[in-house]
Amino acid sequence: MKLVIVSYAGITPYGIRINEQSRLPEEKFSTFAPFIKSLYKEEGINYPKFYKMDSLSKLGFLSAEVMMKVVNPALADPEKTGVVLSNAASSLDTDHAHQETIRNRSEYFPSPSVFVYTLPNIMIGEICIRHHLKGENAFLISRNFDSHLLYRYVTGLFQSRRVEACITGWVDLLKDQFRSLLMMVVPAEKAVIAEGRGSWFPFSTKTMDTLFNQT
Amino acid sequence: MPEVFIAGDHVITSLGFGTSSNLECLYNEVTGIRMVPDGTLLPSPVSASLVDPTVLEEEFLDAMRSFGKDVDPGSFTHLEKLFIVSIFRATCDYPALISDQETLLVLSTTKGNIDLLEPGKRDRFPSDRIFLWQLAKVIQDYFGFIHPPLIISNACISGLVAILTAARYMQAGWFRHAVVSGGDILSEFVVSGFHSFQSLSQKPCRPFDTGRDGLSLGEGAATMVLSTSPLSFPGEISITGSATTNDANHISGPSRTGYELSLAMSRALSEAGLSPGEIGFINAHGTATPFNDEMESKALALAQLLGVPVNSFKGYFGHTLGAAGVVESVLSVHSLLRDRLIRSGGFAALGVPEPISVIDRAESRALRNCLKTASGFGGCNAAIVFQKHGL
Repeated sequence: MKLVIVSYAGITPYGIRINEQSRLPEEKFSTFAPFIKSLYKEEGINYPKFYKMDSLSKLGFLSAEVMMKVVNPALADPEKTGVVLSNAASSLDTDHAHQETIRNRSEYFPSPSVFVYTLPNIMIGEICIRHHLKGENAFLISRNFDSHLLYRYVTGLFQSRRVEACITGWVDLLKDQFRSLLMMVVPAEKAVIAEGRGSWFPFSTKTMDTLFNQT
Repeated sequence: MPEVFIAGDHVITSLGFGTSSNLECLYNEVTGIRMVPDGTLLPSPVSASLVDPTVLEEEFLDAMRSFGKDVDPGSFTHLEKLFIVSIFRATCDYPALISDQETLLVLSTTKGNIDLLEPGKRDRFPSDRIFLWQLAKVIQDYFGFIHPPLIISNACISGLVAILTAARYMQAGWFRHAVVSGGDILSEFVVSGFHSFQSLSQKPCRPFDTGRDGLSLGEGAATMVLSTSPLSFPGEISITGSATTNDANHISGPSRTGYELSLAMSRALSEAGLSPGEIGFINAHGTATPFNDEMESKALALAQLLGVPVNSFKGYFGHTLGAAGVVESVLSVHSLLRDRLIRSGGFAALGVPEPISVIDRAESRALRNCLKTASGFGGCNAAIVFQKHGL
């Protein structure tokens, strides 16, 4: 089965890239919080839950948001759309925040709204809620972006007919170091039927490495 | 498509070290959940299921000697020792399997070495030990696995995702063997978080019971050895179906309808070629929080599984988080092998909206297969079918 990447999006401190277009942020920021907030506004997104998310989920959510904007919704059944993401730091950024709340017994204030984000797959949940996706889920950890790991996991899902479409990629954040690349993968024949054109990136380790390095 | 057999296993919980000792406790309805009054897990006393640290040290030293390793036990964290003991015991009958080019190591954990964030422990280990990829590398290097481990961190379904991923990779022909190990420890980090959700019970939890008032947390590790070569192993049980789904509803609350868990169960059964009436028993997630168990009962109804005997093991050793899927799968498989149902721990009277068939006493009956499920934060659900070979 030939698989293609119909759309991709990546966010780094240098800006945002959606398919062939890259945009620099209007302002320069040295920290993540104002950077992602400004990007959210520039993209004209209206989703109040965004403000409740932790930084990792904000990064993953926004990457998915801009990518899905250009994806034809007729491409796949949401119940058969999977989400397979990976990173290196898991939820460590928010883990530190939760640990701060229990640092000493005189100021002990662990909070459910922080604690819930101490799992990396919460970001998958946020993306699924937003786009009503109910298919296969997996969150994988690797030291570096590992195109072979994602290629194998995702092609396996398609070959065994568990998914009709799959969002995959890398969303990693620790303090103010961050990087994302999300890709929407579908079988080539489906892409042709839904979009009526025929030039997409093949879903391969080589393509993924190229896209990761250019975003 | 190659068939994937279970070739070996090992379980560590508060109930003991080894699959048999845990299984005996389940049949004798012994719980390992105790009051922990000393303030190490929470400023106030808390009910939890902890692995005996003295026995762990002994087991680790013994495993180390038997494996011919000469390393400083102090250079391994509590969780790494759990993983190492469990993997060593599960694979000790097949020493050649570890260094086989066709063996994949799959690890599942939600929080890894999260206790290293505590000020007192931070400086005892290199700073990169907090990363799950480094924890995995320590385990890979200890044993000498050839391939980098596949690491799953998917909340409370992690253990099931680890097993089903290994099985699928083997069915695809990419590996002939897999060692799947799940582990998580109880630390103040995790206990304080669940406490802030007000989801902890003061007593051993009571899944599906009318008096259930929250979950019990536990720590543990478990390993399942999988192989596509039944001839070299006493392969009797194989993995024949699996699925994961997402609720797409809420990040910390379960689905209102149970539809998405039912979807995972139905997809796993359909892959296994089984109809709901053919299932021997279901080992559910059963955390004993009011909403989770309610959702599970609705999912069982939607999947037409109301008549199938169902249990939860969490009343015996609590919710072992990233280990839970592997711990509970191993024990379910042994229940299947022995043709003997395990009583659902802590259950007395049905307290969920759908009339599910909770197992209220241990019972011998011919079993051909079982269905294992899990659900977790982030809205994730997973289901796996284990089946006796040739049935």
